[in-house]
Amino acid sequence: MDINKDLVAASSTPLVLAILADGDSYGYAILKRVRELSRGRMEWTDGMLYPVLHRLERLGYIQAHWEVSESGRRRKYYRITKRGRTQLAEEREQWQAVDATLRGIWSALALPFSAARELLTLTLTPAPALCPCR
Amino acid sequence: MLEEQIERWRSYLLRRQAIHSVDVEELTDHLREQVAALVGAGLAEDEAFLVAVKRMGDLDSLSREFAREHSDRLWKQLVVGPADGGEPGASARREAVVAFGLAVLAAVAVKLPELFGLTLDEDPGFYARNVSLFVFPLLAGFFVWKRGAGPATRRWLAAAFVAAAVFANVYPFRPEGSTEILAAMHLPIALWIVVGVAYAGSRWGDAGVRMDFIRFSGELFIYYVLIALGGGVFTGLMAVLFQAIGIDIEPFFERWLLPCGALGAVVIASWLVEAKQSVIENMAPVLTRLFTPLFAILLIAYLATMTWTGRGIGFQRDLLIAFDLLLAVVLGLLLYSISARDPRAPRNVFDWMQIVLVVSALLVDAMALWTIAARISELGFTPNRVAALGENVILLVNLAWSAVLYVRFLRGREPFTALERWQTNYLPVYGVWAAIVVVVFPPLFGYI
Repeated sequence: MDINKDLVAASSTPLVLAILADGDSYGYAILKRVRELSRGRMEWTDGMLYPVLHRLERLGYIQAHWEVSESGRRRKYYRITKRGRTQLAEEREQWQAVDATLRGIWSALALPFSAARELLTLTLTPAPALCPCR
Repeated sequence: MLEEQIERWRSYLLRRQAIHSVDVEELTDHLREQVAALVGAGLAEDEAFLVAVKRMGDLDSLSREFAREHSDRLWKQLVVGPADGGEPGASARREAVVAFGLAVLAAVAVKLPELFGLTLDEDPGFYARNVSLFVFPLLAGFFVWKRGAGPATRRWLAAAFVAAAVFANVYPFRPEGSTEILAAMHLPIALWIVVGVAYAGSRWGDAGVRMDFIRFSGELFIYYVLIALGGGVFTGLMAVLFQAIGIDIEPFFERWLLPCGALGAVVIASWLVEAKQSVIENMAPVLTRLFTPLFAILLIAYLATMTWTGRGIGFQRDLLIAFDLLLAVVLGLLLYSISARDPRAPRNVFDWMQIVLVVSALLVDAMALWTIAARISELGFTPNRVAALGENVILLVNLAWSAVLYVRFLRGREPFTALERWQTNYLPVYGVWAAIVVVVFPPLFGYI
């Protein structure tokens, strides 16, 4: 299933911030985590992650520092900042508001069988914990 | 094998303006990990590399995303000093210090003659004749320091400047006579070619280096004009502000700010042009692209008007000077578009437009010369007229042969480099002619 580009773009900020809120990370690892979390449904183009990371760095939501990786090469690690955590909380509120609205109307509409099954699986399977509130 | 491929991919990335070397490092690290993961999953190294590169994304869209994020990178900022990534700026800083020091020296040099009683009001001739000697030797020194030069070149440079100093001052000029004014106007041209030798280091024989000097001269002129305009605003504001508290800055301006600023700015502008080199696009070719069509249309309209109304070029005393200026401008336009044209680029409409410009300028000039030739014997040979005539002939020869070479190039019978070589080989001619005007004319015309 190809997810709409705008949805992917809009969700990239909260997703990256949430993953970094879980712990410091670097580009490749963040990408792997996104694939895991979306169960393969969100496949970002690898390179596109980096402009996103740079924008978040510019806005002050994350901070970068260079470290030496296991392979001996320099690697850029990212860490979420306080502003980032605030922004994450805000984005979470916004997404939950949108989600609640959509769920409301979808449950009220008569949906075709396959979509209803999808809806049922989504609501019944627990999603991996993404709570930034440690 | 894998390392080679990764290197090649890195060089493609580095060529993108919006992606800096630190980002390339990040992306390369990502690529390596991706390749390692895929190899671990069972692919061969080649396959893993291909898959990883594909997953990285199409380079064009990637650099577009980077450009959108880092839009400031598209406006190439002149970074004089430590560039992005913290590369060592020690040599750049040293150059800046030397440049500023020489600018201060030039400013001091112009005030030195006052210690010997020569002030600007009483001896304007002295200052006019020697103005280039206050700053060009220092500029030559800057290039000798920066690029190095053999002992023979250094001796030649020193001798040239000493000879210039001698000839500028030893002749008994009649104050404000034509020969003095001509000498004052032509000495900077001759000395500029000498600076060019210093600029080339020990490679004056190389046509490419001479073309670099031509490019440098064009950019220097433009930067100098911009700095001068800024200086004008600076002075204007200063005058107004100080006038508000009742102080008139005019004497300060005339005696200190203007001479020291004008000469120091030459060194500073040279340093800036050297620092920017090809980092920032050259402005001169951009301006020529803009003005070549305009001048071509102007000259064609002029020729058309002449043939339509039947009016010939009426004789005036200063006619030659106007046409000298025209030829000089056309030559400048031609020269600077040559300096920026890729010799291997195919012929395009702009080439044709330049031929039209040059040919129409030659026609117009030929008509002017015809008018003058008829009257010159009656009017006699004054220094101004001979100098103007000489310059006209020099520019005419240059443009005529350039037109021939250009047409041959457009018909495919000559490479573009022939035209470049003609222009760079012609450089010393200007210097020699200027030297003749300075050295030979005054005694020849009796210092009038």
